[in-house]
Amino acid sequence: MILLEIFWTFLKIGIFTFGGGYSMVALIQNEVVEKHGWMSAQEFTDILAISQMTPGPMGINTATYAGYTAVVNNGLPMWEGVVGSLLASFAVILLPVVAMLIVFRYLSKHKDNPVTEGMFRVLRVTVVGLIAAAALLLLTEESFGVPGFNLQFVVSMVLFAAVFWLSYRHRVSPIILIAASGLVGLVVYSI
Amino acid sequence: MYAQLFVSFWKIGAFTIGGGYVMIPLMEQELVDRRKWLSREDFMDYLSLSQAMPGVFAVNMATCIGKRLGGMRGVVCAVLGNIMMPIALILLLAVFFRCFRDNVIVERVFMGLRPAVVALIAAPVFRMAKSAKVTWNNFWIPVVAALLVWLLGVSPVLVILAAICGGLLYGWITAKKQS
Repeated sequence: MILLEIFWTFLKIGIFTFGGGYSMVALIQNEVVEKHGWMSAQEFTDILAISQMTPGPMGINTATYAGYTAVVNNGLPMWEGVVGSLLASFAVILLPVVAMLIVFRYLSKHKDNPVTEGMFRVLRVTVVGLIAAAALLLLTEESFGVPGFNLQFVVSMVLFAAVFWLSYRHRVSPIILIAASGLVGLVVYSI
Repeated sequence: MYAQLFVSFWKIGAFTIGGGYVMIPLMEQELVDRRKWLSREDFMDYLSLSQAMPGVFAVNMATCIGKRLGGMRGVVCAVLGNIMMPIALILLLAVFFRCFRDNVIVERVFMGLRPAVVALIAAPVFRMAKSAKVTWNNFWIPVVAALLVWLLGVSPVLVILAAICGGLLYGWITAKKQS
């Protein structure tokens, strides 16, 4: 039963996400694309594009969209896709909210505990690697074109480098960068 | 009170694009300056707690603040308010996009923006490396984590579990050394 599987999968994704939306992307990608094969890497990249351009927390957006796509890709009707997306979104926040409520009560007691502090330090560093892996796994021929001197691959590489630079160095907003890249694609591939 | 909590978090969810951290300034303005529900110090405490805990950062924030202001009912109002609009919008787009996916123009636009999205995932790696204090001494941790997941297909869940165990051990040893 795919709906149950989705609920369980996103429950797991939620509680193992440390360090914000991008690390959740790494987990969702691993579960939804690599492990369950609910969608292709290219489809997942499209979902990320839309999740980043839409208001709201990126983790929620990606979960909602991935839940819908996983169900509909399995040949089930649209309304079950809606159920799947709602299940995914609630599953992803359920355990963290419970954990938050428990910790909230003990906040003052354990705030400066050196053992938990050490744990979070190592976690923060590890998450950086997980996000790097997600980016590496998304470097596919479907998204970038076949490597070599052809139009799609060259354009993709130029766009990748430009967006990376503008985002990393100049903190240009993701919405502007995604919209501009889409426009470049439309113009270049239409000529 | 509950209605105000819902509306405030609805606004925070509906008007910020680009992930949880973009919400911080809007949250601060709405909750600290406008509604005066909590002090700036409390806000900063909740912020670091929400960042440290697992899950979606914005929802963790909503949980803390909802709980503080209105107990369990407050949590429900704040969290639902925060995620309602994004979920509705994404659902609409998901249904809509499936009908237009094979359109030539849409395909060309996406051929352009796919490399951009991957670059947008890669850029925070380097930004976060700085804020997470990755140094020459612990450099191997993210590298090993990335290689395990990327090349060997190890689940990130296992990597996180290993990091939790290793981190607790590390914290325990440093605590021992200090005392």
